[in-house]
Amino acid sequence: MNKTKRIETPLTDDTCENLRTGDVVLLSGHVFTGRDVAHRKLFEASVRGEKLPIDLRGETMFYAGPTPAMPGRVIGSIGPTTSSRMDQFTPRLLELGMKGMIGKGKRSSEVREAIKRHKAVYFGTMGGVAALLSQCVKRAEVVAYDELGPEAVMRLEIAEFPLVVVNDMEGNDLYERAIKIYRL
Amino acid sequence: MASVREISCKTIAATVKQLFLEANTVLEEDVFRAIDEAIVREESDLGRYSLEKIRENAAIAREFSAPLCQDTGLALVFVEMGQDIHVVGGNFAEAIEEGVREAYGEGFLRKSVCDPLSRNNTGDNTPAIIHTEIVEGDRIRIVAMPKGGGSENMSTSAMLLPAAGIDGIKKHVVAAVAKAGPNPCPPVIVGVGIGGSIDESMILAKKALLRTVGERNQKDARLSKLEQETLEEINRLGIGPQGYGGRITALAVHVEMMPCHIASLPVAVNIQCHAARHKETII
Repeated sequence: MNKTKRIETPLTDDTCENLRTGDVVLLSGHVFTGRDVAHRKLFEASVRGEKLPIDLRGETMFYAGPTPAMPGRVIGSIGPTTSSRMDQFTPRLLELGMKGMIGKGKRSSEVREAIKRHKAVYFGTMGGVAALLSQCVKRAEVVAYDELGPEAVMRLEIAEFPLVVVNDMEGNDLYERAIKIYRL
Repeated sequence: MASVREISCKTIAATVKQLFLEANTVLEEDVFRAIDEAIVREESDLGRYSLEKIRENAAIAREFSAPLCQDTGLALVFVEMGQDIHVVGGNFAEAIEEGVREAYGEGFLRKSVCDPLSRNNTGDNTPAIIHTEIVEGDRIRIVAMPKGGGSENMSTSAMLLPAAGIDGIKKHVVAAVAKAGPNPCPPVIVGVGIGGSIDESMILAKKALLRTVGERNQKDARLSKLEQETLEEINRLGIGPQGYGGRITALAVHVEMMPCHIASLPVAVNIQCHAARHKETII
């Protein structure tokens, strides 16, 4: 297993240039959550030439919709949803300056090309360990699309959030590599 | 004349509520064991790391009564209703819906149900999906299965050519798991339903997921063998825990079968994630 790298947001060209598929990363700083409906809304707003509710430049998007927070807690259980459902909107958001994405599952070839073009990175985290991941979130607030409930866009402050680099700027893919190494 | 036993809708609702709260926060013993065995057998470092996180998560979820996964699922309910029961105090189906509504409301579970076209959230995680069977006796067996979207999206239903035979079925199941890749949060449990009508084959596949993890089909040696062989082939795919590579892509394959039309071979594959959430009780 690759040595663990501790990195902080915002992700820069420099950070992304040094990340390689298979790197285990502990990410600190802040991310935005956004999934299906939020992506469609951001995409359509941008196509209409409207100002987006959040400035995506340098930001990292976490494809997640958490459970409601229990009283006294920062956030409910939170984990990645399947990224491919956001593929059609992603190249546009990368054009608008988004730098990192956190989710699970394979991305399309268009997204992988866009990641290379825009010097970005796609991280996978782990599905189904949502109680554990919630402990890495130190602060959470809704910043856009409140009416979407669990699909609202939230700004999360995170500390040492466990990630694995799935797609790097060189076009590598962890899921493909996995099969190459472990398929019998 | 056999005596009729009364059960109130209030009791049914309370039972359903409790089952969904537990299913979402407490990992079942058999799943724990399967994960432990997987940690020992998994050759990939990242695979073992992922499996250990699953264990850690289960302990945290239990301690804080926090959901194991943020996708607290569509509420599936299986009911075996004794034919000597008389449900009183309301409407049976509504009582189940109320139990789900209360669990997802008071239990801080995520509301994940929407109109298929507008995608507007229904706000209370209803409607539930209710399957009811009438059986002998005066008890009700209720099974709550919160089913996540990720695993459900990777499920398939096919009408194979009868000539495909058992080998064709095995190929089809392995291909379905291969195509799903990392999406259903491996290591998965694979439910396979063979036979019946197209709809019944999927219900068989789903009920297969309720079995103790890794327990072989006890009724038919052909299916027991199919389960073993399919599992071995799936674990040769290399997908591994979370799809990051490894030898444990599936924890188990469970097959259920019933007779079908002479012209058909329905085969349904319902994939379950590693949380394998379900809780049941008999009232």
